[in-house]
Amino acid sequence: MKTFPHLIACEHCDTIYARPALAIGESARCDRCHSTLCRADRLDLDQWLALTVAAAIVAVIANVCPVVRISLQGLHNEATLWQATVALAQGAVALIAVPAMLAVIVVPFAQILLLFWVLAFARAGRRAPWFVANMRLLVALRPWSMIEVALLGILISVIKLSGFLHVAPGAGIWAMATLMVLLTVIARRDLDSLWAIPERGKPA
Amino acid sequence: MTGLPRAKTLGLVGCHACRLVCAPPAAHDDSRCPRCGTPLHQRQPHSLARAWALLLAGVIFYVPANLLPVMHTNMLGSGSDSTILEGVIEFWQSGSYGIALVIFIASVAVPCSKFLILGLLLLTAQRRSGWARHERTRLYRLVELVGYWSMLDVVVVGVVAGLVKFQALADIEPRLGILFFGAVVILTMLAAMQFDPRLIWDGETHERNS
Repeated sequence: MKTFPHLIACEHCDTIYARPALAIGESARCDRCHSTLCRADRLDLDQWLALTVAAAIVAVIANVCPVVRISLQGLHNEATLWQATVALAQGAVALIAVPAMLAVIVVPFAQILLLFWVLAFARAGRRAPWFVANMRLLVALRPWSMIEVALLGILISVIKLSGFLHVAPGAGIWAMATLMVLLTVIARRDLDSLWAIPERGKPA
Repeated sequence: MTGLPRAKTLGLVGCHACRLVCAPPAAHDDSRCPRCGTPLHQRQPHSLARAWALLLAGVIFYVPANLLPVMHTNMLGSGSDSTILEGVIEFWQSGSYGIALVIFIASVAVPCSKFLILGLLLLTAQRRSGWARHERTRLYRLVELVGYWSMLDVVVVGVVAGLVKFQALADIEPRLGILFFGAVVILTMLAAMQFDPRLIWDGETHERNS
């Protein structure tokens, strides 16, 4: 099949353009529908990988440390992200725990690990094993990553509960806030440049 | 914008996943992207029918999501169920207007406008309407951007139920409404993904020529 790597099609209206040469930080808009066509991100490969490692560390903290602590008449309790999603797995509603766990814990971790895998090899100038499957998965996971929603949800829960018991934020909540920023930066970046890495045994 | 060529008229397809522009052999509907292996489609197959089905399922589930309680609170032996709207009203009456507004937006305003916008996009795309194409594309982007924030309620119920576990003293449990609510969010997200925004612009060149 003939392919045209020098062309780009607008995802929202199907208009064809010659791939524009962009300076770092610039983005191109479609003339027909005004959607963003492509971007030249500020992040280079090294920075991208570094932030991915940082995100991995922060994600572990966000999941290990409790996000909220409460106390009521001498009784204490605290919950991690995991416990909050497991709490949904009760009786007839149990099914909702699955998407909640995926969106808040599994998908963000998967994004970080897949990116790390691809980027670590990309830095050495080669395609990682299972490169193609990884890249497709990264695109597919993107809409289902909901750390920012989880963070707002936790903040609202804190306010909701503070009416009748004592509530204090745990270390996990700070880690989540950091993770939210890092994940947005690393996971929203255009994956286009990674496809330029040549397959082994094939010329670029 | 008159002269801008579109992939379809040139016999080209932009890959869905990796965005490589390919020229699949004509009359071949099962061709795959040579770079990433994703099936290539000029337009998503059955886009409108699938999006309609998912959207309608979402609308139907939205009814029990609002009528059934989302959680059960047990304080010192006296239990009470509360629905999403009761939660909003409770915040409003206790003077937390900001929080009441945030929950209202996430659980009522966002899903309802999503129903209306997707319905509008599907209807107009079905009629190959040329009306307000720019604005409709913008609405589509808006739906993609804000759609998943409705998951907020699910997280709130999970966190609250995970925390408040003091047996007889205070206990909070999730109730069936939240399952329907989560289903609404997922169904409408899938509906938005099934809708092919390129349909909005199909027929534009034809109109200009006639």
